[in-house]
Amino acid sequence: MIDVLIIGGGIAGIETACSLQELGLETLIIEKEKQIGGHLNNWDTLFPTKRSASEILEYYTEQIRKKSITIYLNTTVTSIRKQDDGSFEVYTSREVSFKSKTVVMAHGFSLFNAQRKEEYGYKIYENVITSADLEQTFKQNNDVFVNPMGKIPERVAFIHCVGSRDEKSGNHYCSKVCCITAVKQAIKVKQLSPQTQVFCFYMDLRLYGRGFEEMYREAQEKWGVQFIRGRLSEVAENIDGSLQLKAEDTLAARPFKMSVDMLVLMVGFEANKSTALFHNSCGVACTESRFIQPRHHHLSANATNIDGLFTAGTSIAPLSVFDTLNHAKAAAFAIHSYITK
Amino acid sequence: MMKQFGYNSLKSRTIDYKNINTTLISYIIKNEPSFSSCISCGSCTATCSAANLTFFNIRRLNIQIRLGEFENIRQEIDKCMLCGKCLLVCPRGINTRNVIMLIKKGLVTFNLVE
Ligand SMILES: Cc1cc2nc3c(=O)[nH]c(=O)nc-3n(C[C@H](O)[C@H](O)[C@H](O)COP(=O)(O)OP(=O)(O)OC[C@H]3O[C@@H](n4cnc5c(N)ncnc54)[C@H](O)[C@@H]3O)c2cc1C
Ligand code: SF4
Ligand code: SF4
Ligand code: SF4
Repeated sequence: MIDVLIIGGGIAGIETACSLQELGLETLIIEKEKQIGGHLNNWDTLFPTKRSASEILEYYTEQIRKKSITIYLNTTVTSIRKQDDGSFEVYTSREVSFKSKTVVMAHGFSLFNAQRKEEYGYKIYENVITSADLEQTFKQNNDVFVNPMGKIPERVAFIHCVGSRDEKSGNHYCSKVCCITAVKQAIKVKQLSPQTQVFCFYMDLRLYGRGFEEMYREAQEKWGVQFIRGRLSEVAENIDGSLQLKAEDTLAARPFKMSVDMLVLMVGFEANKSTALFHNSCGVACTESRFIQPRHHHLSANATNIDGLFTAGTSIAPLSVFDTLNHAKAAAFAIHSYITK
Repeated sequence: MMKQFGYNSLKSRTIDYKNINTTLISYIIKNEPSFSSCISCGSCTATCSAANLTFFNIRRLNIQIRLGEFENIRQEIDKCMLCGKCLLVCPRGINTRNVIMLIKKGLVTFNLVE
């Protein structure tokens, strides 16, 4: 029997495994994809440091090698069953199952599918992309910045809260990291293309973390990014592929129209689809927002309603890398005291 | 009585939150509780045909009602065509059209504007 089975080889899962290793416990990570790292594989530089995401992944790849942590790649966990003896049977897509004393759900989050907000024209209009697509653009090409039609954009608009804080998408919660991601990406666009005018359309700016407010000021003072308080209501395409935006500048109390060459939708977090599978197979409690519900928000943030079943990272809520890693380290302590008690 | 809320009187421009006339806002929230969750995002005004052609601004109207300022509201509210476009875009799922109906009804019921 394994001590700890970790579902997901994103940064949450790997950090949990590394910390547990230091506490003397054997772990097994099961990862759905062909590589570790989760969403960080898709990001270019990270807020608030502007350092490369690959730096973090290289660090963890090295840790995995040094600590000889076992990982099964290309394997998806499909269900978790609690056994009469208190242990778990974990089933996978490969028709093998594993017996483990404890299980950590570190399976992360899914991106909101921007096509669900049809009025914003994603995959309908060529020059509408998401924040995740923009990270790919940054990763691939760092010399000239062009829109999907190959034109150096005169104006770019970032739209906050796409699929978050929105009754119509069924997501009431705030995704927490997209305000600062917009600031990060707006600065990057200005760095690559100083002549481009950059606008951020927000309802509230939530720049809660260390270094976030500083980046916001930098975007204003150094790069001239313009922040407009108003939520986009409609987008239409002009004949030349540029986009006509309709919103209200709520501080000026006037509706306006603006044409831009590129629209970036700041897509939010959603609970990973596996969360529902785990809920159905073992009865783990979920929140109204469909994420995993920790046993106690403050005092027991890694345990769940089921003894021996733990969580780490964004399976519980939208979190930054900083918060994800702290939650993962705490998971290791919680599991260690559960196993050794 | 309504004069004390008027712009013509030489009252201070400072909002006096202690002494706001809450008749209309209480009536609306009682009958359309979703209204209390408005975050002033402006989606409704942006999509509203009346707002693009006139000074009518449903989002700002909501704020004036919260402040108990009823001056001009009755004329303004008649510019609304009850098309319901605002209702489709509201991120808080507020039934804005019903709010407008309630404003119209409330102004008359409580005799808030001469
Ligand atoms: C556009 C965007 C930009 C961002 N930029 C930043 C930034 O600059 N700085 C920052 O601090 N944060 C940033 N974030 C947040 C960051 O992505 C998260 O904090 C981080 O990815 C969380 O890691 P995780 O391990 O919890 O989840 P994930 O990265 O989602 O990893 C989960 C892993 O579990 C695997 N998995 C899922 N289900 C199963 C299953 N059933 N069986 C087996 N494996 C499974 C997945 O394949 C994945 O590898 C950004 C987020 C977005 C959306
Ligand atoms: S972090 Fe900002 S953009 Fe993201 S959901 Fe929250 S308020 Fe909206
Ligand atoms: S769209 Fe809804 S939340 Fe936004 S200002 Fe209008 S009524 Fe308020
Ligand atoms: S219902 Fe009235 S306020 Fe709403 S969009 Fe139509 S005209 Fe504008």
